[in-house]
Amino acid sequence: MENYTLTINGKKQEVSAEPDMPLLWVLRDLLNMKGTKFGCGQALCGACTVHLDDVAIRSCSLPISEVGAGNITTIEGLSEKGDHPLQEAWVEHVVPQCGYCQGGQIMTAAALLKQNPTPSEAEIEAAMQGNLCRCGTYNRIKSAIQTAASR
Amino acid sequence: MKNFIPVFKDKNKASEDRSKIFVASRRDFLKIGSLATGGFLLGVNFQCSGPKGEVVTFAPNVYISFDSDNQVTLIAHRSEMGTGIRTSLPMIMADELGADWSKIKIVQAEGDEDKYGNQNTDGSFSVRMFFEPMRKAGATARHMLIQAAAAKWGVDPSECYTENSEVHLKESRKKVTFGDLVQDLLVMPLPDPAAVKSKELSEYKLVGTDVAIYDAKDIATGKAVFGADVDLPNMQIAMIARSPVVGAKIISYNDAKALAVPGVNQVVKIEGAGIPPGLDKPLEGLAVLASNTWAAKKGREALEIEWDLGPNQDYNSTAQLEAMAKSTLQNGKVRRERGNFNAAKSGAAKTLDKTFKIPFYAHATMEPIAVIADYKGDGSVEIWAPSQHPQWARGAVAGALGIELSQVKINVTLLGGGFGRKSKPDGVVEAALLSKAAKTPVRVQWTREDDLHHDFYHSHSAQRIVATLDGSGKLTGWNQHSVFPAIGATGNPDELHPSDGELGLGCTDFPFDVPNIRIETHESKAHTRIGWLRSVSNINHAFAAQCMMDEIAEARGVDPVQQAIELLGEDRDLNFAEETGGKYENYGEKIEDFPWNTGRMKKVIQAVAEKSNWSQNLAAGKAMGFAAHKSFLTYVACVVMVEKDANGNLNIPEVHYAVDCGVGVNTDRIKSQFEGGAQFATSLAMTSAITFDKGRVQQHNFDSYQIIRMPQSPKKIEVHIIPSTEKPTGVGEPPVPPYIPALANAVYKLTGKRIYELPFKI
Repeated sequence: MENYTLTINGKKQEVSAEPDMPLLWVLRDLLNMKGTKFGCGQALCGACTVHLDDVAIRSCSLPISEVGAGNITTIEGLSEKGDHPLQEAWVEHVVPQCGYCQGGQIMTAAALLKQNPTPSEAEIEAAMQGNLCRCGTYNRIKSAIQTAASR
Repeated sequence: MKNFIPVFKDKNKASEDRSKIFVASRRDFLKIGSLATGGFLLGVNFQCSGPKGEVVTFAPNVYISFDSDNQVTLIAHRSEMGTGIRTSLPMIMADELGADWSKIKIVQAEGDEDKYGNQNTDGSFSVRMFFEPMRKAGATARHMLIQAAAAKWGVDPSECYTENSEVHLKESRKKVTFGDLVQDLLVMPLPDPAAVKSKELSEYKLVGTDVAIYDAKDIATGKAVFGADVDLPNMQIAMIARSPVVGAKIISYNDAKALAVPGVNQVVKIEGAGIPPGLDKPLEGLAVLASNTWAAKKGREALEIEWDLGPNQDYNSTAQLEAMAKSTLQNGKVRRERGNFNAAKSGAAKTLDKTFKIPFYAHATMEPIAVIADYKGDGSVEIWAPSQHPQWARGAVAGALGIELSQVKINVTLLGGGFGRKSKPDGVVEAALLSKAAKTPVRVQWTREDDLHHDFYHSHSAQRIVATLDGSGKLTGWNQHSVFPAIGATGNPDELHPSDGELGLGCTDFPFDVPNIRIETHESKAHTRIGWLRSVSNINHAFAAQCMMDEIAEARGVDPVQQAIELLGEDRDLNFAEETGGKYENYGEKIEDFPWNTGRMKKVIQAVAEKSNWSQNLAAGKAMGFAAHKSFLTYVACVVMVEKDANGNLNIPEVHYAVDCGVGVNTDRIKSQFEGGAQFATSLAMTSAITFDKGRVQQHNFDSYQIIRMPQSPKKIEVHIIPSTEKPTGVGEPPVPPYIPALANAVYKLTGKRIYELPFKI
């Protein structure tokens, strides 16, 4: 076990973990932050997406030992009051069906908009293709991103 | 279990479930009141003497309560897996009540069918089964509120109405909140059910409109609670190494290396059912219990297990599918007969003979199974599970632990997708067994690999259809051979043919006016666990039948839309009883209650043709395909447009659906089910397949079991809902079956290549 200091949603957190434990399980099991979801464990589905210094990463495949001093943002910390333009657009378009993948979808979309505030449809598709949704909400996700980008 | 598929409910049982909920006698109310302990019914106080300042709650039935500060709480008793049912059923009650929807609180019921009625969230029947009971629940509460207010004001109840969680006096400014009537209600007898009148459909303000789901904001902010999100003190996390081949048993194992992994506490063997595996039992396995998920996973990887792989160790699914297709060349067991197909065949001017194959499919819900169990010192157990069928899970746990049903409490979390997988209680039983063995709370965590390797799969299938035309181009004969390992074989290996229920899903209910029809089935064995996946055998049957109809239209030189309308014939109710020997099940409903009406089917076909502009001249490089299919008592027609992009990839620019599901409750969720259904079905058609070799599943994660990603999704999905006052029917499954043949027929028009096997590539 090693000790690590992480910066998560602007707050310093001390954890003791095996160095190979993925950030996902550090968040979920050690810090009881359940918004970030487990879907595949292989960076294939995007359910576990968080930001590391504003870049969308798959937390299921990033060992804690490689997180370093960067700022981690999770869905719980994306906005203080749950009013990030994407979160509002998500509710407005009633994007979710089961909802399980949506935190990861929003985190990927938020990183995209930070980098490219007015993405084209093709750019949205390219950025979002790592995030799977089994219920079939892709079209509403796209509309919600376009709505958020237009504001 | 005779009726092993929950969708095929016992006809009498269905109506019992409906009536059981509303035995509105004073005695029952008292019983309900005294049963209430904590949670949604807390504080029910029939003596109306709540201590000063305490919120007093009145619950006129198990679904509705309001308290003195005017909070209206509605119970959602069906599982939420993405259909929006947790919103749609409470909407009906709120509309009847005249409650302020924006302030409603929705509470999820625990699994208890004696209290809530049927909770088996499956078969697209939540709205179908509970539309009337929810109306009645809301209307009963409204009736009492009005009685109470009228008595207070000394007016006739007919002078009062409800709105915004208040009772109003007509033509006056007088009003009283529901909360202010709680004390009056507590001493009021429940009304005679015959005196309670539901609103007219035209009076509804929520029903028939787009209403956002209750959980949208919690989901968008990461607060919604799914199976794995429940945390208990001292909880251990379990990962299980399960039989790699169905029926495999552990001969011996060495857990020394697993126990040496930091964080691993314990290794526990789970005795599996063997063969048959059963629908409600865990597979044999060795569980590693650890203080966190990562340690459990590493511990599992370090296990050394010697397996007796059992009789399925040489199973190869590709070989079986070939053999199944070949078997259709023989005479099978006749399941429906009209006229004389052999005579039609010998007199035919033209015969079309095609075989359609589909692979096994896994559900691949985004949330892998995760269940929490807390076995307590007194022999009882509390469960938190993303379960589609909490009562079945409860019974399975009671059976596995040898305890009474009353000792099992099951809390239902949100489900991260269900599609039929989370009906099965295997994961719930695993968690309960492990918590009992460990004497701590346990979360069983499945990985994606576990999910794909140990599913209850949608069965692979071969469908051979022989169609005959006479000299004038008339369709004279239809002979469908249906072969697939049956769901029932998972519990009973002697079931070698598809059941009547499975055939009634798009095969024996072939609706077209063809003078000679023969439907037959052939034997096939199950070598894995077979289950039900969104729309069940409608998938295989509609793919084959609706692609064949397109081929027949081409052979006849007629438009497939026109052909469908022509062959549905006059507007009338169909009855398959005689030709199937009384074995058509109609989704568990009496055919008199939910007839198969050709007129309604023609209407959706006409609507989709109009909305998609079917007769348009498409630009070069674009093509449209059509299919129509009724399933789960809902009529659907679908047109899919396809094109090839510059790289030769298939694009789906447009999908048009027309649906008649009777009264539409939450129209936004009807649309979202169709949008999702089209995307789900695109995966089935083009990207997903489970295969077995040496008894083992050959796909492991989303790299080898692919589901579509955003760029592959249909770009525009238009859903046209036919306005209707007919009884409502479900929409969770009906979008899937017609989509696949409509897509395949479009691809044929684009490429000239017919699709006979899924998943297809172009």
